[in-house]
Amino acid sequence: MVEWSDSERKTIASVWGKINVGEIGPQSLARLLIVYPWTQRYFGTFGDLSNAAAIQGNPKVAAHGKTVLNALDKAVKNLDNIKATYAQLSLLHFEKLNVDPGNFKLLANCLTIVAATAFGPAFTPAVQATWQKLLSVVVSALSSRYY
Amino acid sequence: MLSNTEKELIVQIWDTMIPVAEDIGSEALLRMFTTFPKTKTYFSHLDISPNSDHLRCHGKKIVQALAEGARNISTLATTLAPLSRFHAYLLRIHPTNFKLLNHCILVTLACHMGDNFTPVAHAAIDKFLSAFSAVLAEKFR
Repeated sequence: MVEWSDSERKTIASVWGKINVGEIGPQSLARLLIVYPWTQRYFGTFGDLSNAAAIQGNPKVAAHGKTVLNALDKAVKNLDNIKATYAQLSLLHFEKLNVDPGNFKLLANCLTIVAATAFGPAFTPAVQATWQKLLSVVVSALSSRYY
Repeated sequence: MLSNTEKELIVQIWDTMIPVAEDIGSEALLRMFTTFPKTKTYFSHLDISPNSDHLRCHGKKIVQALAEGARNISTLATTLAPLSRFHAYLLRIHPTNFKLLNHCILVTLACHMGDNFTPVAHAAIDKFLSAFSAVLAEKFR
């Protein structure tokens, strides 16, 4: 069970409130595919991923990036129950999608870096620490139903 | 493997960070200490509070070493040999910590460069930092 202080809850609500899912989601997934090219194995049906420009302009990448980031809303709204919240999604990634959970952490790091480009100096070390605590709990929840 | 374009991009980015080396380096360290508190165990002999002299001084050294590495990217192992010996034999830093600092360096660059920290720049710097920390850790075994 993860504990959240009041100030952590406030920080998460405030960061999440400022995130434009339609922009940050696509950018984060695109960065994952560009910076860590082995992650492209899970997106064979997405069409042209041959270079950075193609990935950034790929509408399927953008749409899926948005879907992924929308799923983070569930964590923000269920901070005290993140593991159970993502139980089904974790099973799906293991049984059907066969995703190596090591890649979840890489996506989380890309999301943090994209948030940093968007927020600039407002993304202070303290905000970063709380934000990454949230993402690490989500990553661990998504990895928790692999058996 | 880094392409020539990536190598140029890496040199260019680190050169622009030289005048603000203290700020960038100390911010990256502070981010690491705040986000990954276990990393503070290696700095118990220093004052690592925000803006302290020790923090700024060590931060500056890190950015300068990165810029020097960027300019000597094809001979990274020999250029960084003294630094590698230092981290392996004297400081004895668990190598996973280099990855944590690398991530915080990326976040710091992202905060300062904003949209200029493009996915292509991000990829290039990420690869460079992995190569750099591989050299720092290679004397361990």
